[in-house]
Amino acid sequence: MTIAAQLLTSFIASSGFGILFSAPKRSLIQCGFVGMSGWMLYYFLTPAIMNNVPATIFAAMFVSVLSYFCARLFKVPIIIFNISGIIPLVPGGLAYNAMRHFVENDYTTAVELSVEVTLLAGGIAIGLMFSEVIRQIIVKLTVQK
Amino acid sequence: MVLVIGSRDEARVEKVCMIAGKIMLMSGAETHRVEDTMNRMAHAFGVENAQSHATPTGINFSAGMTEVNNFVRISKRPTDLHKIAEVNSISRKIVAGELSLETAYDHLQKVEAEPSVYKVWLQILIAALVSGCFVIMFQGTWIDFLPAFIAGGLGFAVMTGMDRLLEIRYLAEFFGAFVIGVSAYLFIYYGFGLELDKVIIGAVMPLVPGLHITNAIRDMVAGHLLSGISKGVEATLTAFSIGAGISLIFAFI
Repeated sequence: MTIAAQLLTSFIASSGFGILFSAPKRSLIQCGFVGMSGWMLYYFLTPAIMNNVPATIFAAMFVSVLSYFCARLFKVPIIIFNISGIIPLVPGGLAYNAMRHFVENDYTTAVELSVEVTLLAGGIAIGLMFSEVIRQIIVKLTVQK
Repeated sequence: MVLVIGSRDEARVEKVCMIAGKIMLMSGAETHRVEDTMNRMAHAFGVENAQSHATPTGINFSAGMTEVNNFVRISKRPTDLHKIAEVNSISRKIVAGELSLETAYDHLQKVEAEPSVYKVWLQILIAALVSGCFVIMFQGTWIDFLPAFIAGGLGFAVMTGMDRLLEIRYLAEFFGAFVIGVSAYLFIYYGFGLELDKVIIGAVMPLVPGLHITNAIRDMVAGHLLSGISKGVEATLTAFSIGAGISLIFAFI
């Protein structure tokens, strides 16, 4: 039941972000699918298997690879799938908590949380670079043939 | 080397490339993608060695290293992925040789004049729905779905409204976040909803600068340090204004 709810909400959230960013109507389903896949990977990895930083890296990698293939398949810019797919992984909750502790003068916790937010943002960065790596490998391999 | 096209044609090619780049950059495309598209289009029209340099606030383009330099200033950057996809398909057709210079120019002008695909009320409704969904994704309960739905919709509506009134986008985001904070606090205070944190986090998600973060990273990776850094700063400023707007309510209670 919880998993069904997660699947449904992450799909709606990702394709909803597609609408907020005015993505083309025909790409909305794929946006939702990419976002849902990334979020479900993250959901299964944390906290059972690993910490949230490596889980974010893997989920972002998965999102970037999926968006790369979606972009190739449907002949639209990769940015459309990337953005809506990555949104669920953005550490909005943690950033909010960090800000809240700053306001409440609890600086120790606030700095601790801010560092975690920075690490997570870095994780997203590494994951997103992954699609570029794959693209370059594919381009090099196809050129050599 | 034979001159493929005359200087008058060259000026028209420049015009087409500039308008394509302008639309893409205004709609929120990555700068390396903008430059790549402009160069491809110029190449397809027979301009060898075209030079383009795009930053988030302007584009430089010339048909050759020693040719006249053209410049266009980008001041407003509303996100519109639909237009990026449209320009992308036009540039594909140009590269495939299916579009002439005149038709390409007409198509691009049509794309530039197009209004947003989705109406504002629909976007506000979707923002509200997304807010509710994020509560469930962040392990919240269904009781908090409706408070987050209303607070998120209100916050997004205020942000869009303020964005039309104010020149500074960060202020619009600040007020949107402030409305979310106040409404979420009032909901919880009067027993409508359980966890304040979950409601606020869910409701604030539609304002998160996801586009700027991804673009900053992709630009940096492509070696566009200037636009990568400036977009990163834009994302940080947005995050700060949202955080400040949300936290303001905690200063009073």
